[in-house]
Amino acid sequence: MELTLHVWRQAGPDQPGRMEIIRATGISEDMSFLEMLDKVNDDLIRDGVEPIHFDHDCREGICGTCSLMINGIAHGPEEGTTTCQLHMRSFQDGDSIYIEPWRSRAFPVIKDLVVDRSAFDRIMQAGGYVSINVGAAPDANSIPVPKEDADLAFDAAACIGCGACVASCPNGSAMLFVSAKIGHLAHLPQGRVEHERRLRAMVAQMDKEGFGPCSNHFECEAVCPKEISARFIGEMNRDFIRC
Amino acid sequence: MSLTSKLTSSIGAKAVMAVSGVLLMLFVLGHMLGNLQIFLGPEQLNSYAAHLQGLGPLLWLIRLFLLAVLAAHVLAAIKVWRDSAAARPIPYSHPGSVQTTFAARTMLLSGALVLAFLIWHLVHFTVVNDPALAALKHPEGAEPHHPDVYAMVVAGFSHGGVSLLYILAQILLGLHLSHGAASLFQTLGLRRTGKAPSRVDLFAKAFAGLIVVGNCSIPIAVLLFGLGEDYLFSVLHAQ
Ligand code: FES
Repeated sequence: MELTLHVWRQAGPDQPGRMEIIRATGISEDMSFLEMLDKVNDDLIRDGVEPIHFDHDCREGICGTCSLMINGIAHGPEEGTTTCQLHMRSFQDGDSIYIEPWRSRAFPVIKDLVVDRSAFDRIMQAGGYVSINVGAAPDANSIPVPKEDADLAFDAAACIGCGACVASCPNGSAMLFVSAKIGHLAHLPQGRVEHERRLRAMVAQMDKEGFGPCSNHFECEAVCPKEISARFIGEMNRDFIRC
Repeated sequence: MSLTSKLTSSIGAKAVMAVSGVLLMLFVLGHMLGNLQIFLGPEQLNSYAAHLQGLGPLLWLIRLFLLAVLAAHVLAAIKVWRDSAAARPIPYSHPGSVQTTFAARTMLLSGALVLAFLIWHLVHFTVVNDPALAALKHPEGAEPHHPDVYAMVVAGFSHGGVSLLYILAQILLGLHLSHGAASLFQTLGLRRTGKAPSRVDLFAKAFAGLIVVGNCSIPIAVLLFGLGEDYLFSVLHAQ
């Protein structure tokens, strides 16, 4: 496959950036999207050009490190798939592909496609934990949890914190991430105890980081690689208004 | 949590938008039901209008309340718009979307245009800058001096331009409602599904459709089917 890539290049956090056209040649449709970028980088290095910087770690869709806005869609065109699990067979030979970093005031660009997502860490530090000792694994089984609650908690807990929700939201809102983290603990008896305090602290931190408000476009759940439902946003809204 | 910090949070601002939106929806529905009485004849509509006028100070209280609700709705919208713009200072050079709607993306525009129409509409019918309407609003002779609302409506909509503007505004309002009337349920935590189909969407579409059809039926009846033509003629002749 041969592709025309339009890639955001930015030398550093305070440097101006711009879209650059880079040709990708010798691409196999069996490559993952990141392997395609690896190949492009190999060629760039051989030509003495600075390679494209991008985030990645596990490359198996579980760590949430990879990102990339691909043709305007976070993690690209495949539903419920991280960029590292996206394959080039989702594209056609000769395609033009626009690759941009997550765009959010709260996620400043570090270099090229790499953004600083520590705003998410600070939201977690504000309250995304259970501060009592809930015991070891066998203790968890001593508290009965209704199946429906367990399922909801598990669905929310699938969030890998990649930030695709923020990147895809027309308002740059982090509501899906925050509501998943709150919802995952709120549906379990151990997490329920500190629910209100956690909710208030995490929402306050979310606003402080400069994420936008939610206008119910539902773009976040559409691009979420873990297919987390925006129902958790509704639950967070309801509990926030009540508390 | 203090009420002020709650209201100024991103979730609080949206809650203000949703609650004021519900109140404005009730007003829009009531306003439409009131106006539809035009189909029951001049006596019915004029006595309904006289009844409203007869509320005296209570009417002013209602007006002030509606104004405050509208102001809250607009202020919340400005906050959401500013915070959203600030949250993404650098736009995408290749923007894309998966499932948001045209109505959702144009809420600010449709809302601003409906607001502009509302101001024009109030000036047109309530403050009255049209001499032909002014004569009907303050009829000579007959005691007490009730405005002939029926004749005013017919006279107003007899202008093709006025009717067209009115119909366009209703379509914009319908667009605004088709997102807003569904969105408020999610904002208030009453929707349980995310984007997945919910009765809420059906309600919003039905409500928006009802308002558009109901309100547009009046100018269409006047303009195309001659509703109240004879009545207006006789009133103007009597003067
Ligand atoms: S690199 Fe870990 S999820 Fe993609």
